[in-house]
Amino acid sequence: MNKSVDILGVSKVFPLESGELQVLRRNDFHVESGEFVSIVGRSGCGKSTLLRIIAGLDVATTGEVRIGGRKVERPSVLTGLIFQESRLFPWLTVEQNIEFGLHRRVEKKQREKAVKRHVELVGLDGFERAFPRQLSGGMQQRVSIARALINQPNVLLLDEPFGALDALTRIHMQNEVLRIWEVERSTMVLVTHDVDEAIFLSDRILVLSDRPGGIKKVISVNVSRPRDRSGVRFMEIRREIYTEFFEAASMSIEYYV
Amino acid sequence: MRRMPQNRRLERRIRTFALGCLLPVVILASWEYLGYKGIVNRSILPRPSVIWACFVDMIASGRLKKHLLVSASRVVKGFALGGGAGLIFGILCGLSKLWNDLLSSLIGILRPIPMIAWIPILILLLGIDEGSKISLIAIGSFWPVLLNTSRGIRGIDKKLLEVGIMLEKSRFQMLTKVILPAAFPFTFTGIRLGVGNAWSCVVTAEAIAAATGIGYVIMYARELLQPDVLLVGVLSIGFVGLMLDVVLMWIEKRVLRWNEPNE
Repeated sequence: MNKSVDILGVSKVFPLESGELQVLRRNDFHVESGEFVSIVGRSGCGKSTLLRIIAGLDVATTGEVRIGGRKVERPSVLTGLIFQESRLFPWLTVEQNIEFGLHRRVEKKQREKAVKRHVELVGLDGFERAFPRQLSGGMQQRVSIARALINQPNVLLLDEPFGALDALTRIHMQNEVLRIWEVERSTMVLVTHDVDEAIFLSDRILVLSDRPGGIKKVISVNVSRPRDRSGVRFMEIRREIYTEFFEAASMSIEYYV
Repeated sequence: MRRMPQNRRLERRIRTFALGCLLPVVILASWEYLGYKGIVNRSILPRPSVIWACFVDMIASGRLKKHLLVSASRVVKGFALGGGAGLIFGILCGLSKLWNDLLSSLIGILRPIPMIAWIPILILLLGIDEGSKISLIAIGSFWPVLLNTSRGIRGIDKKLLEVGIMLEKSRFQMLTKVILPAAFPFTFTGIRLGVGNAWSCVVTAEAIAAATGIGYVIMYARELLQPDVLLVGVLSIGFVGLMLDVVLMWIEKRVLRWNEPNE
């Protein structure tokens, strides 16, 4: 199945009272089927907007997005979107929240099986009946991942999914996402401002310029997984990305690296 | 929170209960004493022991039960109408700006009208039968359910709506699975206020024109100069109102378990 994502001449302009705000300028990019791509950039560079356009939640001012060759016109259950906040329904248990994700009319036995499988997939066995407020931030985010995966989406979009988690939980969740990706084999597009996270996870990294966001550089991470976060190649790529951000200001890169 | 030892918890509960009872007991005791000594006019304010005897008598004869049941059935009918309409219009106003704009001026004018002012109009329109009483109760329970429901819906977190949109939920599913559950804590507050209003409206309605019901008992006792019956009636209104709220709070605790601040 073709799970590729094509971004074709996508730009986005928000109308403001004092004129217009261009958030994205013409962007073209092709994500291979089953590829893991990260988008990094400073806050406000339009990376989340780009992701929302891919998801079909926002409409591009010009250009279009194609998933598997078909134009995205509205959100689809075949495209999963994970937000920075877990956005669970507080009145539903873990199980019920995951089940909410199921789109098709599935008979009860199969529903239960699907929910059970996804509870296990994100490692929440034993917490099926818990309410979201009883879970830690990392666990809540796992539930939201399971909810997005239950329809077996072709593409999973992640919008700074671990931004609100502490450093240790974040690293743990990154490993989990890799594990899930290897099981599910969906195309992944991750928006993050955590450069290490992008290098650790991705096949390719898109560096967006400041507003209006445009693709400034594409970096291929040719390091075999599991990746060593302090490996030589890892460090080189990190330096390369930081250079992109700080070139103009000629700041001391060493300080950040 | 760490669990307190069993006996400490019990001790605290007893203490709270005893403190709550202290003032009523003191008032009752001094009332009884003053009445006994004849300092308080017994034919106007009978002693607690006399009221109690009257209460026991009215229970034994089935009179209290009969009138309370009549009032309760009016409350149930009136609340079903008013609360139901409040829920429907609350949802409409919460969901649609058009409905909200259409109704806002009407709500603004009608809502401040006190219940007592509705009675003559309702009697003119519907006669002195059940219709006018039930309508009054319906009006009283309509407003809180309407306002709280629409507020709850308008205040819904847009981020939760986006989750439903991403998962391609139909409009109906969005309403029943996302919007209404999210607004439910507000709606429930409206229901609690509405039930309280309904109960006080029934007494107002019955006190003015009725031949049965607890409000009627009070007014009739006043005419017959039976202060003990009157006070039993008044106190039973308070007691039933308290019971209603306790039951609703219990339901709220079970239904809205997810909404508790912490466990």
